[in-house]
Amino acid sequence: MNFDFSDEQKLLREQARKFLADKSSPDARRVVLEGKQGHDAALWNAISEMGWLGTVIPETHGGLGLGYLELCVIAEELGRVLAPVPFSSTVYLFAEALLAAGSEGQKSRLLAKVATGKGIGTLARAEGPGAVTPKSIRTVLRNDRLSGRKVAVPDGMEAQFAVVLARTGEETAERGLSLALVDLASHGVRRRVLDSIDPTRKHAEIVFDNVDAELLGPMGEGWSLMRRVLDRAAVLMAFEQIGGADACLHMAREFALDRYAFGRAIASFQAIKHKLADIYVANELARSNAYFGAWALSTDARELPLAAAAARISATQAFNIAAKESTQTHGGVGFTWESDCHLYLRRSAALALALGPQRVWKDRLVRELELSNAT
Amino acid sequence: MDFEDTDAEASFRTEVCAWLSRHARQKQSGDVADIAAVPPTMDDARAWQATKAERGYARITWPKEAGGLGGSPMQQIIFNQEEAKFDVPSGHAFAIGLGMCIPTLMAYAAREMIDRHVKPALRGEEIWCQLFSEPAAGSDVAGLRTRAQRDGDAWIVNGQKIWTSGAHYSDYGLLLARTDFSAPKHKGLTMFFLSMKSHGVEIRPIRQASGGANFNEVFFTDVRIPDAQRLGEVGQGWTVALTTLMHERLAVGGGGGGMLDVKELLALARNLEVEDGPALKNAVVRERIADWYVRSAGLKYTTYRTMTALSRGQQPGPEASIAKLVVASKLQDLAAFALELEGESGALAGEDAPEHGIFQSGWLSAPGLRIAGGTDEILRNIIAERVLGLPQDVRVDKDVPFNELPGGR
Repeated sequence: MNFDFSDEQKLLREQARKFLADKSSPDARRVVLEGKQGHDAALWNAISEMGWLGTVIPETHGGLGLGYLELCVIAEELGRVLAPVPFSSTVYLFAEALLAAGSEGQKSRLLAKVATGKGIGTLARAEGPGAVTPKSIRTVLRNDRLSGRKVAVPDGMEAQFAVVLARTGEETAERGLSLALVDLASHGVRRRVLDSIDPTRKHAEIVFDNVDAELLGPMGEGWSLMRRVLDRAAVLMAFEQIGGADACLHMAREFALDRYAFGRAIASFQAIKHKLADIYVANELARSNAYFGAWALSTDARELPLAAAAARISATQAFNIAAKESTQTHGGVGFTWESDCHLYLRRSAALALALGPQRVWKDRLVRELELSNAT
Repeated sequence: MDFEDTDAEASFRTEVCAWLSRHARQKQSGDVADIAAVPPTMDDARAWQATKAERGYARITWPKEAGGLGGSPMQQIIFNQEEAKFDVPSGHAFAIGLGMCIPTLMAYAAREMIDRHVKPALRGEEIWCQLFSEPAAGSDVAGLRTRAQRDGDAWIVNGQKIWTSGAHYSDYGLLLARTDFSAPKHKGLTMFFLSMKSHGVEIRPIRQASGGANFNEVFFTDVRIPDAQRLGEVGQGWTVALTTLMHERLAVGGGGGGMLDVKELLALARNLEVEDGPALKNAVVRERIADWYVRSAGLKYTTYRTMTALSRGQQPGPEASIAKLVVASKLQDLAAFALELEGESGALAGEDAPEHGIFQSGWLSAPGLRIAGGTDEILRNIIAERVLGLPQDVRVDKDVPFNELPGGR
């Protein structure tokens, strides 16, 4: 049994933690929060110099050519400090879509840009409120021209490139959909920043008006490719969520030990102790599920869809509980703009919604159970 | 990251498997569901225990001198995994003795006492129980009132114990009693062991809310225990008890209640109709199944993390402490949900209920699981204090002589 990260990977985690403690300044986070900057550009540059953006990108495309376990370790640390950078959109979604579906030409043109921090990318799926279903996609790709409207696109203002889920056929079912690759500097792209629940990770509306675009992957495979990308992103994002949840537990613990009421540290009251114990339990369950997801991701295992759904649900629940109850533990202080509590609360909601809501992932998980039971 | 044995583990597994094949029959796929089968008797269980003891497999981590194998915790896990594939009687009756009582004896008893008791316990010839909890001392076990009074080279014991698993078939018991009522509660305790056949010991089974009777009340009336059967110094009983309780958490935390899980709920939902069609197609049902699945899977992979630490020769991390807390409430919620799915037939039980009543019996046993071996509340305190390092609650009784404390009901 070897169900843990290796010593090298743990060393990488320590290095990443120290690096981010040094480079990810709370002040810069506040600047992004207040909307004065789209993302923390200094941190983004530092991260790209570390090579993290190309962790799993092959060396031939300018990446580090490491494995997904290394990327999981980095994701956890980025989540811990709420790094206000478009890392998840670029690395978990855009680069993964390229790796999954890109032609050699598309990969050699764009992966090096991602790996060196010169290309921010995203994945544009949803077109408004409600679930993303094959039927809900009205954006059309025809003769290499893309038209439609995408809301809400994560890091949509920051991105230079987007992978867009678009209709290429008349069928309303999955086979009518394909992925399109777009340079967002192209003529006919209009976008605006939207107010987001977590302004440290902004969203945009992007309108495509007869925009130059190319097919990414085979025609009619858009939905299944997207599902594959989402499964992989779910594992990586689970590690971000666990990093965030762990930070919340740490903050709540420190606060409860320092804060005195009724003549003693509030950390000595069972109402607080049991609350923090529950956060700990949820975090450990999530961590264990995420480890299994990491194994499935790094070995491309048959179990990946089930493992990804479990990691996603468990980590979403853990971060939600941790962010909510950490804020509660802080009392009135936790509800002030100055406190970081609301930043974690906001991020927990943003990540919970980023790849589709829990309901959808739970349904997917049970579908996988039905399949594995049938065979 | 992988789930493979190391070379040494793999060869141990092969060795164990070969030995098991020589001494037992492999389970067939239908065996698990065969609830009508005749349960193994205590004699069967003792015989299997003795067979294991001959090879050192009865307690793999114990030193060879004590009848163990001198092996690692990982080897014990491997043995358990392989043994579970064979149709052998459960060693349940010996778990408390070998898991808690005998390790305490080995730490505190005189050489000749150890020589006298360890091997018979190991071979299943003598069964032990643990006599700690009392009607007025459950979670706060140090508040116990059973009195042991010195009388020459012996002690006279009067009082009552409760929740004693297996007392009715035990030969010996580990007894925590109060020897000084004027000292604060933790400081007036002393540990003993005694024959359960001693004059003045009366055992009465307790019928549980679930209908079963695994626990007992044990009454002591002028029971005489030789001073040679005292473990540790007079007044040091609490320190000795901590050794026992540390072993209890290792034993209880490992599992329990795992017989009813998502797999059974899936099977139920597959075969039932609800208002809008098959239960398994209902969105609410699917959501709940997913919720419990991630808890079960989370626990399973937490165990894998613990095993990894053991396999690397490290101490397991604190994550091992969450198991019982999660298992017990999951069982309670999952079973209650299954009853709802069954509709009005959910109100039936046993063979009259759907699925042989497994959800009803799970639902009825869950409250006990949330209490036994550390209540949910105590487990949360343990996580908060030992894992998260939060301060203990205020202890108003800590430095007060025991006989000046208010007794309550």
